[in-house]
Amino acid sequence: MSVDLSLDYFTLFGLPRRFGIDEAALDRAWHALQAEVHPDRHTLLSSGERGRMMQEALRVNEAFATLKKPLARAQYLLELLGVDAGIATNTAMAPEFLMEQMEWREAVEEARLASDIDALEQLALRLRMRAGEVTARLEEQLDGGNDPGAAADTVRRLMFLDKLRRETVDALSALDG
Amino acid sequence: MAYSDKVLDHYENPRNVGSFAQDEEGVATGMVGAPACGDVMKLQIKVGKDGVIEDARFKTYGCGSAIASSSLVTEWVKGKTLDEALTIKNTQIAEELALPPVKIHCSVLAEDAIRAAVDDYKKKHGGQ
Repeated sequence: MSVDLSLDYFTLFGLPRRFGIDEAALDRAWHALQAEVHPDRHTLLSSGERGRMMQEALRVNEAFATLKKPLARAQYLLELLGVDAGIATNTAMAPEFLMEQMEWREAVEEARLASDIDALEQLALRLRMRAGEVTARLEEQLDGGNDPGAAADTVRRLMFLDKLRRETVDALSALDG
Repeated sequence: MAYSDKVLDHYENPRNVGSFAQDEEGVATGMVGAPACGDVMKLQIKVGKDGVIEDARFKTYGCGSAIASSSLVTEWVKGKTLDEALTIKNTQIAEELALPPVKIHCSVLAEDAIRAAVDDYKKKHGGQ
């Protein structure tokens, strides 16, 4: 059996095209497909067949990586909807949001300079809660609403939160090390 | 990636870092952010009664190119009217700092920050 490279990632795994995802079903579908397209499982392949199978395996892994991460999954859904999330072009976020981002970044930097692990862990916790709230809103917007523009704005917000998370984790691991 | 000497100079000796008090006379603030890299930039201008930008401050969380771009525009906007400041283009910033193609978005961010600050001033002053 081979994988149809023209299928979108959701269809590829037999999952509904939604942001809210059954992670266990995704994992199962991935393992099943991966087993099918793994070139080492098939001996006696011509080099052309082997090449195609490699391509299919890459596609399956790329699809899994995209659907597994909420941010990448949301971006992909918007792409399927034909909505430009403006990730590279839209710099005009709500000023209050950007002001808050700046305060967070300041707090992370201060805690890092002061080697204040407690403060960093508290920041990381608050950040996780905030990201959870924003992700829940994104699910409502993508699966329940019909305002992809609002969802695109939420995706952009989530990208800033993700950057903050990485900064906080980097600061923590630098102090732990 | 190698930074140009001018980027390094602005990165190591950033000009006009800091903030004005929000309620200070003639002060306006532009906040912009780049979702793709998570950079956040705040540009403040202080406009005199004659409509000329007297002073500017910035605070940027981002890479060296983003810091250099914002540092540079704080120097460039000084002595300009609001309309003159709006003529500053990201291509000029990128050229002055010799930014590589992957860092052009940093100069775009700085140009957008000028526009956001000027918009904020106009909003506070009844669109004059």
